[in-house]
Amino acid sequence: MISGFFIFNQKGEVLISRLYRTDLKRSVADVFRVQVVSNTDVRSPIITLGSTSFFHVRVANVYILAVTKSNANAALVFEFCYRFISIAKSYFGKLDEEAVKNNFVMIYELIDEILDFGYPQNSEIETLKHYITSESVRSEIALRDDSKIAAQTTGSTSWRRTGIRYKKNEAFVDVVEVVHMLMSASGTVLRADVTGQVLMRAYLSGMPECKFGLNDKVVLQNSRRAEGETYEAGTVELEDAQFHQCVRLNMFDTDRSITFIPPDGEFELMRYRAESSVHLPLRVQPIVTEVGKTHVDYTIAIKANFNTKLSATEVVLRIPTPLNTTQVECKSPAGKAKYVPAENVIRWQIPRIQGGSEVTLTATASLTQTTDRKPWQRPPLDVDFQVLMFTASGLLVRYLKVYEKSGYNSVKWVRYLTKANGSYQIRF
Amino acid sequence: MSRAAPKKGENFELRNDLNSEYRDRRKDAIKRVIANMTVGKDVSGLFPDVLKNMQTEDLEQKKLVYLYLMNYAKTQPELVILAVNTFVKDADDPNPLVRALAIRTMGMLRAEKIIDYLSDPLQKCLRDENPYVRKTACLCVAKLYDLKPELAIEHGFIGQLQEMVADSNPMVVANAVTALTDIHATAVLNASESSPAPSQANFIITPQVLGKLLVALNECSEWGRVALLNCLARYKAVDEKESEHICERVLPQFQHANGSVVLAAVKVIMVHMRSLHREDLIKQIIKKMAPPLVTLVSSAPETQWVALRNINLLLQKRPDLLQNEMRVFFCKYNDPPYVKVEKLDIMIRLAQEKNVDTLLSELKEYASEVDVDFVRKATKAIGQCAIKIETSAGRCVQVLLELINTRVSYVVQEAVVVMKDIFRKYPHSYEGVIPTLCANLDELDEPEAKASLIWIIGEYAEKIDNASELLGVFVDSFLEEAYQVQLQTLTAVVKLYMKKPDTAQGVVSKVLETATKDCDSPDVRDRAYIYWRLLSTDPNAAKAVILASRPPITLAQTTVPPAILEELLGEIGSLASVYHKPADTFVGRGRVGADAVHRKIEDQEEEVTREKALQTLVAGQQAENLLNFDDALATEGEATGLAATTAAIVHSNAGQKVLTSSNPLDDLASIFGSTGLTVPTHAPIASSPMALSPAPIFPSPPIGAPVSNGPAVPSKPEDDLLGLF
Repeated sequence: MISGFFIFNQKGEVLISRLYRTDLKRSVADVFRVQVVSNTDVRSPIITLGSTSFFHVRVANVYILAVTKSNANAALVFEFCYRFISIAKSYFGKLDEEAVKNNFVMIYELIDEILDFGYPQNSEIETLKHYITSESVRSEIALRDDSKIAAQTTGSTSWRRTGIRYKKNEAFVDVVEVVHMLMSASGTVLRADVTGQVLMRAYLSGMPECKFGLNDKVVLQNSRRAEGETYEAGTVELEDAQFHQCVRLNMFDTDRSITFIPPDGEFELMRYRAESSVHLPLRVQPIVTEVGKTHVDYTIAIKANFNTKLSATEVVLRIPTPLNTTQVECKSPAGKAKYVPAENVIRWQIPRIQGGSEVTLTATASLTQTTDRKPWQRPPLDVDFQVLMFTASGLLVRYLKVYEKSGYNSVKWVRYLTKANGSYQIRF
Repeated sequence: MSRAAPKKGENFELRNDLNSEYRDRRKDAIKRVIANMTVGKDVSGLFPDVLKNMQTEDLEQKKLVYLYLMNYAKTQPELVILAVNTFVKDADDPNPLVRALAIRTMGMLRAEKIIDYLSDPLQKCLRDENPYVRKTACLCVAKLYDLKPELAIEHGFIGQLQEMVADSNPMVVANAVTALTDIHATAVLNASESSPAPSQANFIITPQVLGKLLVALNECSEWGRVALLNCLARYKAVDEKESEHICERVLPQFQHANGSVVLAAVKVIMVHMRSLHREDLIKQIIKKMAPPLVTLVSSAPETQWVALRNINLLLQKRPDLLQNEMRVFFCKYNDPPYVKVEKLDIMIRLAQEKNVDTLLSELKEYASEVDVDFVRKATKAIGQCAIKIETSAGRCVQVLLELINTRVSYVVQEAVVVMKDIFRKYPHSYEGVIPTLCANLDELDEPEAKASLIWIIGEYAEKIDNASELLGVFVDSFLEEAYQVQLQTLTAVVKLYMKKPDTAQGVVSKVLETATKDCDSPDVRDRAYIYWRLLSTDPNAAKAVILASRPPITLAQTTVPPAILEELLGEIGSLASVYHKPADTFVGRGRVGADAVHRKIEDQEEEVTREKALQTLVAGQQAENLLNFDDALATEGEATGLAATTAAIVHSNAGQKVLTSSNPLDDLASIFGSTGLTVPTHAPIASSPMALSPAPIFPSPPIGAPVSNGPAVPSKPEDDLLGLF
């Protein structure tokens, strides 16, 4: 399995290096520097030289590298790299060269805990945080706690320790949906689907048994059928759902019920995908005309296609301009629009669009003369936004039931958010 | 201390700090030592000083010292002994985290001397009451085996591991299984003919073990699940019922958030599905497999790429797997290039009559992007579409024409190459396109594109008025062109002569002369001699050979031979499945490994060639007349055309060696190459120096050489061909 784990900075300097197996020498780091860091044309995230394979992931200004000498499980290696990234982000707030340099001792401690002899071990962030902490001097009480921690890390509910107590028992559920949309120049929707996450922050005492219910079409149909009704509206058809390891998968497989004992604190309960009847919150109509070889005229209309009580916030449109643009004049009644030469886009930022309303931007880009006879490639326009209390898939949380031996009452909160980041694209 | 310590410099300062009376200062010094170690500075001289700091209550400091020890234990074995006492003591600590840490580190020290002290603590830790210590000890056995196999066997550690598969704690089960699998792999790798793998190291999954694995599967951590699933994939089910049972128990894992668990589950299912016969069950499983695979396509680019490569393999086995899911494979503008290329390939696999229109408009969009490599692949994909789906060919040609009209050089060139393939597949359709293609003649500068256009001109010479003029340009620059282009020019000119003898007389004699006299490629010369001889002896035979109709090309369903495909499906998720190559081709130790690979490939190759040879033989027997063999010869002459398409579909993949050699044409080519040549070359070589003017060599068709001579020539190869097998 993984023979070595490294972190490099952009210059190819080694920030972290940890060898797990003897089949590797420290000098492989140099090979990676030559082959990947200083190579401008890397066309694959895995590079195999001889029988050594380099798996790398780039985050901010560092490279995360795992090296193997065997026919390793590639999916596992990358999942592990990404897990490391999320652990590091959760511990240090961010993962970049500065964070790695400031926390290298902790990183060594972490990677030794989550990787032994090249095999990934327990990597639940919440559990790790209990015994790998930045407070270096440990009290006597902490030492006594360690037996409990050790037992819990390996127990059948490795994600939760016993004896958690809260004065107020609360659970927050956030449903976050990312809309992927691709529209062709003629206005037909080529692709529209939603990947959603159900994030939970559980502050519940003891070992609570939770049951979570959605307006899942399959579940509702089954129960309605039992009651002799047919019921279609207001349900959502999930293409696929993926769960945190605390969820009992066999139960979901038999009757699609979602039952679990949650980890303490924040975690991702579930991920899902929906494709049918996706409600697109924003409609963008770009009209872009090239006037001779000197100007390009833009008229971009954006319409909020949802309930008037809601609003889209942090709307940012990135409208591509030709490479030989010299300046752009923009006029818009709402938000700020500005030409960003470094990215060859007009960045139109609108703090808030009320549901049902429409705003339009008109702009003219002036071009310089070029000898290049290649036509402009017209990359797609993309929109980022957030809409609170709205789900593009129509998904709703029907209930979250919490049972605990002591029979306490708990308060539950649900929030919905639909957003797009770089995934809402319109060709023109 | 025996060696004189330097009195200044960084190490001197560090040494002072390491021996400081203040705890914080010492700890800080250790951190600096580790930092220096990371960047590759030699801090091994500080070994005794660091070692002094090992005895501490501070767990973090202990970990740092251990980290240092792991790094330098190998170079300072005599000093490591000093640490043994602390390790043994730690392995008895009341704190389970300390016990586990001690046993974990001891296994990593890799110093012969310390190993002898490892057995007792390890024995104890394997029986520890705390599962965290037990699971750490499990892996320590694997570490020990890696270092000193006989010791691990002698002390019965492996036997103990096998018992631990039945442990009450799922994490311990997972690590025991991981360790056993690792030991098994190491044993197999180190085994040679003189010393086979010790039987104790073999990890055989019995039905009892299977039961334990299935129980633990639902309870252990994500990484543990992958280890268990890998074992399940290795298990040989006794009957169909058991396979069904395994599939049913593994199916829920498709819903796991970790992509590697999903792929591992897919692997188990693909392996055990081989023994299933109930159609409805198979259908149901396949239906359940599609959604999680699609979900993987929206994960991080690297994971996504691994998933895409695997999906590509799965589709070769089960083309029905993702029938209605083409849209998710549409490329995003900001996808990394490696993801885009893979998506493109999968889209072609999923292309059907009902979705081809959407696909085409998508491909056209890609063909206007900036990345040259991707644009070429997109253009090529349009051609593959046309070849795969007959009804779409017209629309594909239309799209290609639009692309040619963009006049972007690399798009035009690629489009020309693709058009040639379309003509190969659908002869005598779409001839209206030819003028547009010819109009772009000057744009072409790549050999493949040139060769393709020349082939098209030769093929449709009778319909192109200025064909001899167009080809004349290439004949004039004959010696400056690439061999590929020379070969095509030669053939095309001869075709032109056969079709329009009166206008092409001059150009054909010129090209034959240049090719035989001045060209330095033996292939080109040989081909020119064959044509020359054919033309001079029997024009009818020449016509039959050179203008023979070629077998239409098809799009290969698989890129790897069936046997390798099966092997790779049992490796889903691994590097082998990503590369579409058997593992032995890129891992393996030293010569033994390399030899084994070679042997394996040879075996497969033998099998495949034998199969192909039989097919060729059958084809030969079915042939009604001898000219059918000439057909094959002509095809060989056009090999660039067919080879080009195959090459387009086959990437630089494993099994390519196997693939190319499995091409029946190669076998034929070598046979014809030798026998076919020995007979006729004799004459032209003798005659050409004498006959300076080309005219006598080309008697006009009706006068020709004795007709009986015609069949006589090809009959020889036929005898040889049959005799060879």
